Amino acid sequence: MIAEAGLAALWLAAGLAALQLVLMVTALRSNVDVGHTMRSIAVVQGALTLIAFAMLLQVFAATDLSVALVFENSHSAKPFIYKVAGAWGNHEGSMLMWVTILAAAGACLAIFSRRTSARTLVAALGAQAALALGFYAFLLIASNPFARLNPPAAEGQGLNPLLQDPGLAFHPPTLYFGYVGLSVAFSLAVGALLTNEVDSRLAQAMRPWILAAWIMLTLGITAGSYWAYYELGWGGWWFWDPVENASLMPWLAATALLHSINVLAARGALKAWTMMLAVIAFSMSMVGTFLVRSGVLTSVHAFAIDPERGTFLLALLALYVGAAFVLFAFRGATLKEGAPFELVSRETGLVINNLLLSVILGIVFVGTLYPLFVEAVSGEKLSVGAPYFNAVAGPLALILAVLVGIGPLLAWRRERRPVFKALSVPALLGVTALVISFIVAPGIGILPRSGLVVASYLAAASILPLIGRNPLRAPVATWGMVLAHFGIAVALTGMAMNAAFTEERLAVARTGDRLSVGPWLVEFAGVTPTAGKNWTAVEGELRATRGQGLVTLKPQTRYYSNPPTETNEAAIETFWNGQLYTVVGKADGEGGWQLRLWWKPFVTLIWAGGALIALGGALALIGRLLRLRRRRSRSREAEWRMERYA
Amino acid sequence: MKPKNQRLVLVGAAMFAILVAVLLAMWGLRERASYFYTPADIAAGKAVQGRSMRLGGMVERGSIFRQPDGVTIRFVLTDGKAETPVVYRGIVPDLFREGSGAVAEGRLQNGAFTADTILAKHDERYMPPELGNLSAEHKAGKTLER
Repeated sequence: MIAEAGLAALWLAAGLAALQLVLMVTALRSNVDVGHTMRSIAVVQGALTLIAFAMLLQVFAATDLSVALVFENSHSAKPFIYKVAGAWGNHEGSMLMWVTILAAAGACLAIFSRRTSARTLVAALGAQAALALGFYAFLLIASNPFARLNPPAAEGQGLNPLLQDPGLAFHPPTLYFGYVGLSVAFSLAVGALLTNEVDSRLAQAMRPWILAAWIMLTLGITAGSYWAYYELGWGGWWFWDPVENASLMPWLAATALLHSINVLAARGALKAWTMMLAVIAFSMSMVGTFLVRSGVLTSVHAFAIDPERGTFLLALLALYVGAAFVLFAFRGATLKEGAPFELVSRETGLVINNLLLSVILGIVFVGTLYPLFVEAVSGEKLSVGAPYFNAVAGPLALILAVLVGIGPLLAWRRERRPVFKALSVPALLGVTALVISFIVAPGIGILPRSGLVVASYLAAASILPLIGRNPLRAPVATWGMVLAHFGIAVALTGMAMNAAFTEERLAVARTGDRLSVGPWLVEFAGVTPTAGKNWTAVEGELRATRGQGLVTLKPQTRYYSNPPTETNEAAIETFWNGQLYTVVGKADGEGGWQLRLWWKPFVTLIWAGGALIALGGALALIGRLLRLRRRRSRSREAEWRMERYA
Repeated sequence: MKPKNQRLVLVGAAMFAILVAVLLAMWGLRERASYFYTPADIAAGKAVQGRSMRLGGMVERGSIFRQPDGVTIRFVLTDGKAETPVVYRGIVPDLFREGSGAVAEGRLQNGAFTADTILAKHDERYMPPELGNLSAEHKAGKTLER
């Protein structure tokens, strides 16, 4: 019954989305005011998808083995939290989650959007419904999560053990909120292009959505990176895997959008460019979903053998992106030019930021899709990895980080003060870091060394916008910006330190053997068998010391039976200045065990930086919302005056 | 600057950025993409010595030898037509076994392959993409044998 209820809710929601589309076309043609109806339908549609998603959670929580999806991805002997999280650890469930967030975002837009003009809001809700409609069709036709299994199975096939981790409960939903949150920016841009109302008011209405989606993407990527770091047991924090790039590309586009939307909101300039970025950002979300969900990554052939889902997603992608670009081509050129600005100005700074981010996005995009392209055309197989991305995108990212220190110091429209004077202290710090790095570590690579130098400079330069004024009276949004930019310096320090100073030790050890890695002396105290609810394991015991104190680490090699898999559970100990990362491998058959030890100085700064960047975004969001609220509470006339003379 | 000129400059800058991105990407890919080869490709001399590449095949039965240091192994990858010896220092992945598929990332030096990373079947369902075909052929062969 529950599964059928979920399916029915999905069908109803799809019907409502179609109705919204009809309403939008009517409203745009005849000037009928359908705003109120449109909003109500959007809210009901969002509620229906939430019901469908709740039903999916219920069948997974109860391990209802008469549902095919539960049989394929769950098992009755699985811890409860992973039963629930397993609902979105598979293709159909994650697509349902995607569509649920899409419809819920539409509902939120209908409820909270007070600043958008009525006509644009109707058009935007129509665009959002059009997006949702395509994905409803995808779910109902090609990926029904509620399909029954007849007869019901006696036991499920289990969930990939790598996914049985608290990370699964947190990582995909966060990332999806980010991906799909960008759909609102897309819909608002399409709506405003349809009604010809691209102005700073639209930008102000759009900004909180972009910020919220961007914060989620930042958190999702940061969490995903840490998850891969500790769960895979390979000691790396970013692998330039296509699945990772699928989340990085929307983030890069959203970051560019986040900056250009400020120009549109404050100065009414960069209209066409910002609208195009809003379209590109969500397009990148869809490209990411296509890459991950179509099976095209496993092999172009797998895609060709089971083409239904992949083709469907590709058609949706082409339809939405194509339609948006056609609309853009017709309306983009008719947009009025915004306020002019001089060469040295905040606007120019943000344009350069956007250009660099776009170039990096292009490089990642080409590198990610090139192997697919080559295999489809010539059948040749190749992979593009860290050597390409680091060498090509890395230097550009560093240049961008240098400019991050300068841009916020520039005034809108035209800058006449000598801002470069203010940068002397940060520049001095950078030079000092360069000299110290040559003295302490003459042999490190050019990229890590540049990273350390730029990070030292940026750490100081990023706080300059708060210097010379009372920091407590600075707007909350300014604090947010400073924090986010400082976070870049922190993350960059972690990345460079990790690349330059990581020490690795790989050896076979017998009980009582001592190994050294970095400042640590690690004693191997043997292995013991142990077991969990659905796994058995060999657990090593390592006693580590660096002069004083003793830390015990217990890395495991786990054996899961459903499905049969071995995983390495690394044991990681965090200190203020780094992490000791240990993995136990295989027995050599003569009483020894393979051990892999890493000392990773300041590696945690990578994720701390990511968290700071997201926190900065959150502060900016709070600041913007507070300001909107304050404005709203003023009288209409005062608001009119303020906008007029601001 | 007049608004009209400003727009022209901005459009020009955007075009330039796209051009730069494409040129940089092409340059990077020419040097740094690593191609996938099978032992037969290497026997035929298709692979360039010293360039980073991927080598895929089945681990030949009885070919895995552990070196005295305990962490370096030597084994032979085969695709049924040719064989390539591989040296690897590290912990092999969970399902790296004789007779099953593996992909080695690394370089070819004097006819032997030095691997930096070994990819093998991750679990019962996942396979490195390149091995998809090989294992299908392998399975087909097995069925015929029976």
